[in-house]
Amino acid sequence: MGDLWEGLTRAVWLVLTLDPDLMEISARSLQVTLTALVIATAIALPLAALLSVRRFRWRRAVIAVLNALMGLPPVVVGLIVYVILSRSGPLGVLGLLFTPTAMVIAQVVIIVPLIASIAHQSLRELWQEYHDLLISMNVTQWQKISTLLWDGRRALLTASLAGFGRAIGEVGAIMIVGGNIDNATRVLTTAIALETGRGDFALALALGFVLIGLAVGINLAIHWLGRTEREGRW
Amino acid sequence: MTTRGPMVALACALLCIVSTAPARAAEVMRMAVTTSFHNSGLADVLLPQIAEDLDLEVQLLVVGTGQAIRLGEAGDVDAILVHSRSAEEAFVAGGYGTHRREIMYNDFVVIGPAADPAGLREAADATGALRAIAEAEAPFVSRGDDSGTHKKELSLWSDAGVAAEGDWYNAVGAGMGAALNTASGLGAYILADRASWLNFANKGDLDLVFAGDPVLFNQYAYLPVNPERHPHTRHALALTLEDWLTSDTAQVLIDGYTIGGETLFTFNADQGAGQ
Repeated sequence: MGDLWEGLTRAVWLVLTLDPDLMEISARSLQVTLTALVIATAIALPLAALLSVRRFRWRRAVIAVLNALMGLPPVVVGLIVYVILSRSGPLGVLGLLFTPTAMVIAQVVIIVPLIASIAHQSLRELWQEYHDLLISMNVTQWQKISTLLWDGRRALLTASLAGFGRAIGEVGAIMIVGGNIDNATRVLTTAIALETGRGDFALALALGFVLIGLAVGINLAIHWLGRTEREGRW
Repeated sequence: MTTRGPMVALACALLCIVSTAPARAAEVMRMAVTTSFHNSGLADVLLPQIAEDLDLEVQLLVVGTGQAIRLGEAGDVDAILVHSRSAEEAFVAGGYGTHRREIMYNDFVVIGPAADPAGLREAADATGALRAIAEAEAPFVSRGDDSGTHKKELSLWSDAGVAAEGDWYNAVGAGMGAALNTASGLGAYILADRASWLNFANKGDLDLVFAGDPVLFNQYAYLPVNPERHPHTRHALALTLEDWLTSDTAQVLIDGYTIGGETLFTFNADQGAGQ
């Protein structure tokens, strides 16, 4: 209990004094995760819409695989990305290992299946409603996809936020591909792992509370900006 | 389209966050170091001075000796600072490193429950201490991660002529701090380096129960990665750093670094050697 309480007070103190180290790793956490989120969303949402409107031979298989990949173990993703980006690996010449870019790549791989699966679930239902109308209007494939994506935006926001939640709290993969380098690739989750290793549970907990606060804050901000759940409108 | 405005604002906010911070020093290099070196806190003393003297930012990858050597072999770092002589010599012999330069040493200590159920405080030497643990079948936590500390522990067990296995022997496969946390939770004995132990905050019921046998000395060496094998490595910077690490400035900082009045590291670089 002592550690918990001390962690809480340290968290409040770190935030109130705008601790420069805390600000830096928090900004990096946000930078890596939001970049990964933007890229993953740009891949996953059109993919989900395409899977809803197109009928092709391997469609069921692709959907099943996407669903299965939601449970992709981050540490394995990290290891695979690591081996590929290592100087001795196939993409070693790019020199990306132990950079924020490598962390973004790992997070994109982890959250694309998650966002695509959740998005596909809701778009499929929307497509059932829209199917006859859109077919009768004889619109192009591209128009179908963009209509679905726009009219389903609230559900898609939830899908993206689920991806954000998974990415911001992720530690296994980014520890491996980022290396937890101070001032370069250290983010909140890897800093928590480091402080736990040093036995400084209070500081680790304080960083944990900041991380939770950040995740909640970003979710609230996006909901507020997206004007969801407003009175009289759903 | 009332939702468009805020969405645009959000996108702008994202872009602002995404555009990133600049580097701090003129030059950057990467060095893989052992957890024990980093957990000791010595890095926090040396790195700012290096940045000031050489205008060089040294990015540390804090891993076990086994992984540090793998990073060097793959060319993912420019130099390594580790403490496992046989592995280091194999690294140089394999052509992965140009040479091996001894920098400093600290020592290993045996940590255990303050009540000391296996009676290690009466042990005459390190092997005797380990034998006492095995005979009492007192819980023991091993790093089990192929690190320098783990290798040292295994060689001590083999010197003691004891098979380290059984319910009392817990290989956790974790770094020094995590292993100390486990030992603290289990009330177990563990081999640790002195620096990590002194800096460890979650001591709980643990206490230092055995130290001082010369066999427990722990030599750190610096090995630049071979540029012939990995042409992209910043070899010139690695050599500059080596000169600094063996300089008088480094000696003063290393010998002068204490925690709670105890000296942690002893500088022993041969200042005439090297390349």
